[in-house]
Amino acid sequence: MTYTWLVAGALLGAAACDLVLLRTRLLRRRAFWVSYAILFGFQLLVNGVLTGLRVVQYDPATILGLRLAYAPVEDLGFGFALILLTLSCWVALGRRAAGMPARGSAAGPGRAGPGWPAPPPTPPAGRPPSPGSTPSDG
Amino acid sequence: MRQLTYLALLAGCLLGTLPLELVLRVGVYARWRRLLAALAPGLVLGVAWDLYAVRQGHWRFDHRYLTGLDVAGLPAEEVLFFVVIPTCAILTLEAVGRRRPGWPIGDEPAEPVPGEPEGAGR
Repeated sequence: MTYTWLVAGALLGAAACDLVLLRTRLLRRRAFWVSYAILFGFQLLVNGVLTGLRVVQYDPATILGLRLAYAPVEDLGFGFALILLTLSCWVALGRRAAGMPARGSAAGPGRAGPGWPAPPPTPPAGRPPSPGSTPSDG
Repeated sequence: MRQLTYLALLAGCLLGTLPLELVLRVGVYARWRRLLAALAPGLVLGVAWDLYAVRQGHWRFDHRYLTGLDVAGLPAEEVLFFVVIPTCAILTLEAVGRRRPGWPIGDEPAEPVPGEPEGAGR
C-alpha cells in the first residue's frame, strides 16, 4: 500500500502544480485529455513490457494488486503525475517566453531570466498556431 | 541482446515520436532550452522517488535486462525513463495543439482573459 499512497500524493501534487501553482489548468483542457488518451495506450504498452518481462518487479505488500496489462495500477498513476507535471512546466515556460503574464496576474510580461530568450514582440492578437510556423521561443 | 531490452524500449519511444518533430514540425527539440527546463522537475523528483523506492524495497530491477550502466545510483535506463517519457508527452501535446488549433494548451499569445470560462465559445 505504500506505493499506492505515494502515488496518491504525487497525483495531488501534480494537480496542485497545474491548477494552483502554475495555473496552466491543463486538467481543464481538451488538448491535454486527448493527448493523455493517446499516451495512455503507449503507457500500457511500455509498462506492460517492463512488468510483463519482469524487468521491474514489485513488492506485493506495497501495491493494491490491481493490474492492467501486467502493470500495477499505481504505475499508471505514477505516469499520469509525471506527464501532468512535465506538461504543466512546459506550458508555463512557453507562456513566459510568449511574454504572457505569469500565474494569470495582470503584472505584465514575464521577465526573461538568464540564459532565456527575451520575449518576442507581441504578434497580432488571435493568430492561431499553424503547422509549419516558426517556433517563437527557441 | 537481452541486456538491451529496457534501452531498446526507450529508443523505440523516441523513434516512434520522431515524426512529430520531423514531419509535423512541432518544434519541441528545436526549443531545447524550454524542453530541458520542463523536464528538470520530473527528472529530479522521479529519480529521488525511484532511489527511495528501491531502498525501501518497493520495486527492484532484473539486471539481465539492463546494460549495467549506473547513473546516480540507478540503472541508466531508469534515469532515461524520466527524460524519454516526458519528452514523448510534450511532443504529443504539441502535436494535438498543432492539429487542433481550437484546443488551446495555454501558452498561446491570445490567451482568453483570466476569469473567463475556459471552454467558452467551443
